[in-house]
Amino acid sequence: MDNRSPAVEQKASSTVHRPSSGFAQAVFAITWKDLTAELRSRELLSAMLVFALLVIIIFNFAIELEPKLRPVITPGVLWVTFVFAGTLGLNRSMAIEKDRGCLDGLLLAPVDRSAIFFGKMLGNLVFMFSVEIIVLPIYSVLYNINLFNPGLWMVILLGSIGYAAVGTLLSSMAVQTRTRDMLLPILLFPVIVPVLLAAVKASSGYLQGLEMTEITPWLNLLVAYDIIFLAVAYMVFEYVVEE
Amino acid sequence: MKPQPKLLTALSILSVLLFLAALAMVFLYAPLEAVMNYVQKIFYFHIANAWIGMLGFIAAAIAGIAYLVKKDMKWDIVEVAAVEISLVFFFITIVTGSIWAKPSWGTWWTWDARLTTAAILEMIYIAYLMLRQGIEDPERRARFGAVYTLIGGLSVPVTFLSIRLWQTIHPAIIGAQSAEAQGSFGMTPAMLFTMFFSLISFSIIFVTLLWHRIRIGQLTNQVEELKHKISE
Repeated sequence: MDNRSPAVEQKASSTVHRPSSGFAQAVFAITWKDLTAELRSRELLSAMLVFALLVIIIFNFAIELEPKLRPVITPGVLWVTFVFAGTLGLNRSMAIEKDRGCLDGLLLAPVDRSAIFFGKMLGNLVFMFSVEIIVLPIYSVLYNINLFNPGLWMVILLGSIGYAAVGTLLSSMAVQTRTRDMLLPILLFPVIVPVLLAAVKASSGYLQGLEMTEITPWLNLLVAYDIIFLAVAYMVFEYVVEE
Repeated sequence: MKPQPKLLTALSILSVLLFLAALAMVFLYAPLEAVMNYVQKIFYFHIANAWIGMLGFIAAAIAGIAYLVKKDMKWDIVEVAAVEISLVFFFITIVTGSIWAKPSWGTWWTWDARLTTAAILEMIYIAYLMLRQGIEDPERRARFGAVYTLIGGLSVPVTFLSIRLWQTIHPAIIGAQSAEAQGSFGMTPAMLFTMFFSLISFSIIFVTLLWHRIRIGQLTNQVEELKHKISE
């Protein structure tokens, strides 16, 4: 528990007296703990970032990214990059909890179990956003395509939320198995197909400048997926961390 | 060890007889389809297999929820049984579908909503079995299995809808839709009767298999307990 910040202790103890208002505080305390730990070690973000850049470079050789095809292929390349880098982050963020028994410490804290879920999820989401914010301009420069597109950013936001919700739940299951981090992509990829499909289609709609009537169904799908799986993860997380 | 219930023995015999009867009906009773000839015969078992896969999928999701609510190991046994049966029957569905698609559509596979969803469902089942394999504690194995069937059970319909949406929106994929239309045909009453007969037969086969598999699950648990007692 050495990397638990004083903020956690303070906020956890305050929830003992006022459990009703403590939920948001507990969520932010857990997120803050992850971010502080990351700011001090910088292990996770640098690994995710370098990995993401390597994936983009490899794609350059693997598929000919001709200028004419770029608006069509770019969403696919970007989302594969985010998903792979995201898996790296999800695994790491849960593994550090498991390794030194930090998860047990978190579970002992007098906060709702779902607060732990949302805290970890927000942390994962921040890591994903950080990678995405850096990858987008670099990709723009490398492939000479304009990704300064608020519509695209909204799709990335929505897609990342759904991905992080399911990913956080499944990664907390995966770390408790014998095969550990190997299992996460196998568990995660088949169930995030709708997010991936909708995100790729909506992104490509924005990049190709399609009409909103063609993009809206995909945005609706993304929002629906986010809501359904946030709710389900919220309800079942308790069963996953129960000892 | 409890002896096999009489009803189960009767069901097993009935399943074999019904299967043979369905097979006979497909080849001897159902008329030959005008355009596709013998190729169309696979349809009766294809539909029946897909139906069982669906039944297993729904049974697994219900058993998963029941486990999370009741925390009773018997639901875990039902869940595994349903998943395993559904896995096998969806695999047969994909194979029979491909055999039918090659002469009718001219390809073994298209990324149609039904085909893709079935393939993804198979991947979810395989992931489910791998997840269970990696956990030694039976109680935790049951809990994680139930959570994953719940997530899978919710994501599969969404996947199906999203792939359908992909087709209706994207004009390039319209080819798949017209290919689907190529495969459709009008059914005579004899064909319909054969189809329903095989559906009912396979449903009974499903119940029989599920029951057998649940018994195996219970026996496995008993063996585990006995082993545990000996080692103490």
